[in-house]
Amino acid sequence: MPSRARRRVSKKILEHELVPKHEVLSFEEAVEVLRRLGIPPNRLPAISVNDPIVQLLGAKPGDIIRIIRKSPTAGEAEYYRIVVAF
Amino acid sequence: MNEERFILSGIKFGVLPPYEISRMARVTVTRPELYESDGTPVMGGPRDPHFGAIEPGEACPVCGNRRDNCPGHFGKIDLARPVLIPYYSDHVNAVLQATCRSCSRILLPDEQVKRMLRVLRTLKARWPQLASNFIREIRKQAAQNSVCPHCGARQYRIRYIRPVVFYEERPEGEVRLTPIEIRDRLEKVRNEDAELLGLDPEASRPEWMVATVLPVPPLAVRPPITLETGLKSEDDLTHALVEIIRQNERLKHYLATSAPETMVEDSWIALQHMIAAYIDNELPNVFVLQHRGGRPLKTLAQRLKGKEGRLRGNLSGKRVNYSARTVISPDPEISINEVGVPIEIAMILTYPLRVTPENIEEARKYVLNGPYKWPGATYVIKARTRTKIDLRYHRNHKQLAESLEVGDIVERHLLDGDIVLFNRQPSLHRMSILAHRVRVMKGKTFRLNPLVCPPYNADFDGDEMNLHVPRIEEAVAEAEEILLVEKNIKTPRYGGPIIGGRQDYISGAYLMTVKTRLLTEEEVLELLSKAGYKGDLPEPAILHPKPLWTGKQIVSLFLPEDFSYEGRAKINAGPLACDNYDCFNDSYIVIRNGKLLEGVFDKNAIGAEQPNNVLHIIALEYGDAKARELLDTLYRSFIRMLEVRGLTLSLSDVDIPQKARDEIAKLTEEAKKEIAQMIKEFHEGKLEPIPGRTMEESLEIKIINRLQELFRKSQEVAVNYMDPFNDVFIMARTGARGSETNIAQMVAMLGQQVVRGKRIHRGFRKRTLAHFVEDDLSPEAKGFVKGNFRYGLRPTEVFFHAAAGREGLVDTAVKTSQSGYMQRRLINALNDLVVLHDGTVRDAYGNLIQIKYGEDGVDPMKTYHGDPIDVDRLIEKYSHVR
Repeated sequence: MPSRARRRVSKKILEHELVPKHEVLSFEEAVEVLRRLGIPPNRLPAISVNDPIVQLLGAKPGDIIRIIRKSPTAGEAEYYRIVVAF
Repeated sequence: MNEERFILSGIKFGVLPPYEISRMARVTVTRPELYESDGTPVMGGPRDPHFGAIEPGEACPVCGNRRDNCPGHFGKIDLARPVLIPYYSDHVNAVLQATCRSCSRILLPDEQVKRMLRVLRTLKARWPQLASNFIREIRKQAAQNSVCPHCGARQYRIRYIRPVVFYEERPEGEVRLTPIEIRDRLEKVRNEDAELLGLDPEASRPEWMVATVLPVPPLAVRPPITLETGLKSEDDLTHALVEIIRQNERLKHYLATSAPETMVEDSWIALQHMIAAYIDNELPNVFVLQHRGGRPLKTLAQRLKGKEGRLRGNLSGKRVNYSARTVISPDPEISINEVGVPIEIAMILTYPLRVTPENIEEARKYVLNGPYKWPGATYVIKARTRTKIDLRYHRNHKQLAESLEVGDIVERHLLDGDIVLFNRQPSLHRMSILAHRVRVMKGKTFRLNPLVCPPYNADFDGDEMNLHVPRIEEAVAEAEEILLVEKNIKTPRYGGPIIGGRQDYISGAYLMTVKTRLLTEEEVLELLSKAGYKGDLPEPAILHPKPLWTGKQIVSLFLPEDFSYEGRAKINAGPLACDNYDCFNDSYIVIRNGKLLEGVFDKNAIGAEQPNNVLHIIALEYGDAKARELLDTLYRSFIRMLEVRGLTLSLSDVDIPQKARDEIAKLTEEAKKEIAQMIKEFHEGKLEPIPGRTMEESLEIKIINRLQELFRKSQEVAVNYMDPFNDVFIMARTGARGSETNIAQMVAMLGQQVVRGKRIHRGFRKRTLAHFVEDDLSPEAKGFVKGNFRYGLRPTEVFFHAAAGREGLVDTAVKTSQSGYMQRRLINALNDLVVLHDGTVRDAYGNLIQIKYGEDGVDPMKTYHGDPIDVDRLIEKYSHVR
């Protein structure tokens, strides 16, 4: 729903140290992830299409995003979120 | 009976439609009076008997049942004019804003409506949370449209004044929308439009939110109470209803007699407000319904809201049976898994014993003993006749005992070994409720092993605790397997032991393990028998002239045979510091193959809440049961050691030689001189300011720093002159109680007193007390206390000390209330989250919260202070294996 005007998002946020790495999963990867977790897509944590990072990635509602975070205890931790409208 | 069975799949809430209210009503209330002059209830009044039987023996005129079986019946009030209902009117507002004032269609073009409807329906099925965001968006978009895309009518702004007033800003001026007009508009709203605006038209048509009939709840909801004097006192709801009925009848009368429009209008508004107050008597912009005495009535919302309301007071939390509460007192002789229960309580709390062929003789014994002799029973439930026999009123216990059959249930007294839950408020922890085994005892208090104080944060200055009896096998098993004290020695919070020695245990352990401790055979036997040690005595450390054992030998008897450990003791600090086993101060603990070779046991070895100490490592590597065994045996001998040696303090313990006092006085003199110099420079404007600070601030900081330095130096002097075997000093060094700062406060000086991080500066004008001149910046005038507890404080010093002490009290009071509320919100937010077997965290709906618990999937309870594997510990563990 393009109800709100898309804000212009600076690419610089990608380089900020507090912003973890985000990437859009391909369809095959998404299916694999959902199968591994054993859940339908709507049970995943959501992220809004209006989120600046989602806009930068150009992801659409329904896409699944992998987030690779630095973790003080686990080194790197994976997290998945599904893009939703609103 | 031929009943069809259903499984409840969900509950749907909606607005009660007017026709439904009329259909279920058994009375139409038209009279505000409660009773006729002869005392019978008024028919058609709020006490009409058709509301259901409420008096004992009364038969309900509707269903024919007596009081206990009559469910109660609703009535209704037919309102002379419709009124808005508070809380619903927020939705009414949303619909009015988003629909056309003439055709009541949603203010969006048809194609868009169609598309949005499709999106909304999929969202509702998959992301209910997002659906509500979407609806908010639709409402906002529709409200922005100032011309109706369907009929082309111009829209006016609608102003909503909570809770029940609407104005429309027409070109001719602001006009109040009456509930009649509002209802007309809502009636015309199409079902699809209503759905887009977030309503479910099947369950809640928008016009139902404007009331034309008001349901009147049955008498069981608002029971009258009869006072001893015979006078009836009505429930607050009845009082509120009386007012509504009276106002409604008045309005009806005005309408029937064609009274002037203003009178009708005023009367209508009054009715509107009363109904709003009937629903919630604490609404803004609505008057408050009151008793004759001026007390506000408790209306519907007040019954539900808040801590003592229906939800928090009666549904999420309620009073329970099979529980007990009394004062706690310490008993180091019982196991940490046990709780001492007074025999009087054990004869009231019961456990339902199911009679089996195996236990029937035992069950007979309990029945024979009856309710007043422990171990007895209070009730017998006969399986065959399904009757409950109260043994207090049963004459022939002997015959009853003989007639016991398999399948009967005997409510037997609490016995030794039963599992119970023990709790101390505030329950901030999961360890605030633990399972203990019962030990029935004389006396009137619950007995608790003092080692279990830390998880409950309990002490024995009058604390009370609660006890609950689990009454089904599953609950008992769960309590025993998960909640038992020994299974909670390690805390899930940070990977350390939460149960462990405190205070006397630490002093005792230290005194037992100091190098100078040599024990005769008699003493060794005393200590070991207290600990319940069974086995041979080790070879004495000294053979001649008489055999003597060291305290370290005693400790070693209890350590696992292959246990090796190295680490610093608490006393390993300052002049006693060592960083390896080559240590003459005996402050470096070395355990090799279960033998304590070097170092003393103090807080860092046996203390509670000290991660990676000896106790913790044993609990991790040898299991909770082994750690419990240690706590139940070795720790008991520490206490005995203390009892034998004695631990006490006298004035001489907090005294230091004159020489030391002179030294401190000299240090004080020096500091004062320096500070006087600083103040002089400040007045002359020559003081070097600290960058970024004003002169005044710089002076304050410099003075505070100088006084802190003075205190530190005095503390050093005091500690250096203390006898190392002084009991006060032992307690501070081993971490049993108090600190070196506390000792310095007793023997040297109290130091600078601080309020809000600053020297004390408020009180009189430009001075703290009348004892000083105005604008005196010297240490004494601003809260510096050079006196100590041993030799006493001056009057001004007492005042400053009290002021700083007060701040501490206020801080704790404020902090507990604030953190309590914060924690309540956090608990509600995290409610029902669970870690599944695949390591994911999910909520009660199955939503994924975390892919792996805590990102690393680690249970902190099983870690070395957060590390699942402590490499250094592994090396240490295996490099000393025999």
